[in-house]
Amino acid sequence: MTTPSPVLTEKRSARARGDLLLEVDDLRTVFHTQRGDVAAVDGVSLRLHAGETLGIVGESGSGKSVLGRTVMGLVASGPTTTVTGSVRLDGQDVHALSPRQRRHLWGPKVAMVFQDPMTSLNPVKKIGAHLTEPLRLHQGMDRKAAREQAADLLRQVGIPEPERRLGQYPHELSGGMRQRVVIAMALSCNPELLIADEPTTALDVTVQKQILDLLARLSAERHMAVILVSHDLGAVVGRTDRVAVMYAGRVAETNRTAEVFAHPLHPYSEALLASIPQLDAPPHTWLRAIEGRPPNMAAPPPGCRFAPRCPRAQDVCRTELPELRDPRPAPDGSAHLAACHFPLLTEEDR
Amino acid sequence: MTAQDVVRPDQAVEPVLDVQDLVVEFPVGRTEKVHAVSGLDLHLMPGETLGILGESGCGKSTAGRAMMQLPSPTAGSVRFDGHELTGLPPRTLRRRRARMQMIMQDPISSLNPRRKVKDLVAEGLSIWGFDSSLHGGKDKDTVVRELLEAVGLEPDVVWDRRPHELSGGQCQRVCIARALMMRPRVMICDEPVSSLDVSVQAQILNLLEETKERFDLSMVFIAHDVSVVKNISDRVMVLYLGKACEVVPSDGMHVTSVHPYTRMLLASIPGERTEADPEESTVLDTSVRATELPSPLNPPSGCRFRTRCPLATELCAQEEPRLREIAPGHLVACHHVAQGVQA
Repeated sequence: MTTPSPVLTEKRSARARGDLLLEVDDLRTVFHTQRGDVAAVDGVSLRLHAGETLGIVGESGSGKSVLGRTVMGLVASGPTTTVTGSVRLDGQDVHALSPRQRRHLWGPKVAMVFQDPMTSLNPVKKIGAHLTEPLRLHQGMDRKAAREQAADLLRQVGIPEPERRLGQYPHELSGGMRQRVVIAMALSCNPELLIADEPTTALDVTVQKQILDLLARLSAERHMAVILVSHDLGAVVGRTDRVAVMYAGRVAETNRTAEVFAHPLHPYSEALLASIPQLDAPPHTWLRAIEGRPPNMAAPPPGCRFAPRCPRAQDVCRTELPELRDPRPAPDGSAHLAACHFPLLTEEDR
Repeated sequence: MTAQDVVRPDQAVEPVLDVQDLVVEFPVGRTEKVHAVSGLDLHLMPGETLGILGESGCGKSTAGRAMMQLPSPTAGSVRFDGHELTGLPPRTLRRRRARMQMIMQDPISSLNPRRKVKDLVAEGLSIWGFDSSLHGGKDKDTVVRELLEAVGLEPDVVWDRRPHELSGGQCQRVCIARALMMRPRVMICDEPVSSLDVSVQAQILNLLEETKERFDLSMVFIAHDVSVVKNISDRVMVLYLGKACEVVPSDGMHVTSVHPYTRMLLASIPGERTEADPEESTVLDTSVRATELPSPLNPPSGCRFRTRCPLATELCAQEEPRLREIAPGHLVACHHVAQGVQA
């Protein structure tokens, strides 16, 4: 390994583990559409500490990607969108900043990796141009230093022959390689928070795990906080410290990943886990599918959003929106929050 | 590799679909060609589900389409219900093929957006002429209604709707109803759930399992997700660059499969993160190079997997491994697994 750049070491020491990095409070992202207002994110609160990894899982339309983009500040209030609530990144309110100020946040503070690596790269620019641009712009490096740093970044994301790759165009690389380049770009200014929005969905099965493991390794090495947005529960387990399960714009359940997977409290997370075919189950095992489909977000049901599909739903679920709370506060202070009137508690929990 | 090598589970019963030495090549430019499928043998017994597993570009979809003659394979034979399908004039082919139906990956784009659900489902009947004797003397609307109910759709609700008014899962149900209309014997499902959400995926998988029993179908199920394929299939064929590496009974395949490629697919399931992965500490240089799928324009000599295989030797470059049986119904094409090498 090459010696880390002075910028990197200085920053790393400043990131004492446990510092609160991201505070999201009652975030609402409402899109004004022809069919009415759609609250894609509807009252989400999150905390993320430096170096921590958070998984956000949910089905399409659950608001997980919009949440990621709103945290980033890519989705902001405008003619078609209203963002309320607050996103504080290292003490700065992302949505109170001017677009110009916000641009300075992107790169050194927060960076993003998108689903499709081909559309994240400019097809007529070489890989080298993609990587040196942020380095020269944000860190004021000269051409030569930026190029050396770029090659080093490619090496860090596991790309062989980095110097040769710098002279290639995106189309000359495979999908997995392109996603590595996109990750290298996101890392170039050494962000404190990396938001990865479905980083492996467009990739081949044999490559997905490598990319996920790469992100986990980089997060640990750089002490970088990661938000991993995914529809794939398997991608999140074992790679994130905590997980938030989203349903119809709201957080249904959140806790340490292992705990949510072992003892889900919300009927939705439990059903979601049960609906995935298990490799070690015998063939032709009947899957416990969730009947129905997610609600129309332009007119969500008045009570719990999951109530129409929930086997445990009662009258109160159809009228009253459940708050995120811990149904059995643990003595060690770790909170297992679920937004459910009738969480799945075992006998001993009661 | 000949069909005789492939021992059938029950010699007395004729397979409903018998594919021998299937080759599909697409010309590229003047001289080159893509070797999409190179000499594939498979058979499908009545009532059986055969899973075809592989990553993108391995030829699994091309193989499925070639069985449907969409387009016809470059060489090889496809026998459906005892009749050869290749080389037939179009009219005869369409007639013979009517009882083999296909479910595609993207349910929305495989339905005509201008047509209503009732017409979409009845389309097969309109083409072939409605024969009420085939449907127990019922009229056409009743048959359509029954099928919609069978796939879990409310006939009164969806009757006059068009595809854009339905969700992806509902569209896939319409596609299944459409396919069932022709009373098929074989259904070829090409990634039928990969464009659907997790919770809907389980609904469709259950539905396929249910309709298979109810309508006495045999199924070819093509997908890239190991757990999904394993769950629905009786046997699983693993394809790599247009060739079969392994055919394994799905029960316990996560333990019994031996081909290095199958092991690699199993190891790359994201959830199965191995503790203290030795690769993790070292930068992934070697494994990165190894994940590049070789070009199907010019596949490697000998064993096609050798460029990514941890067990590859000189022999693999020189000689192509043949599929041979290592346990009843379990075939492997690898030079090295016989020596007791378990990846």
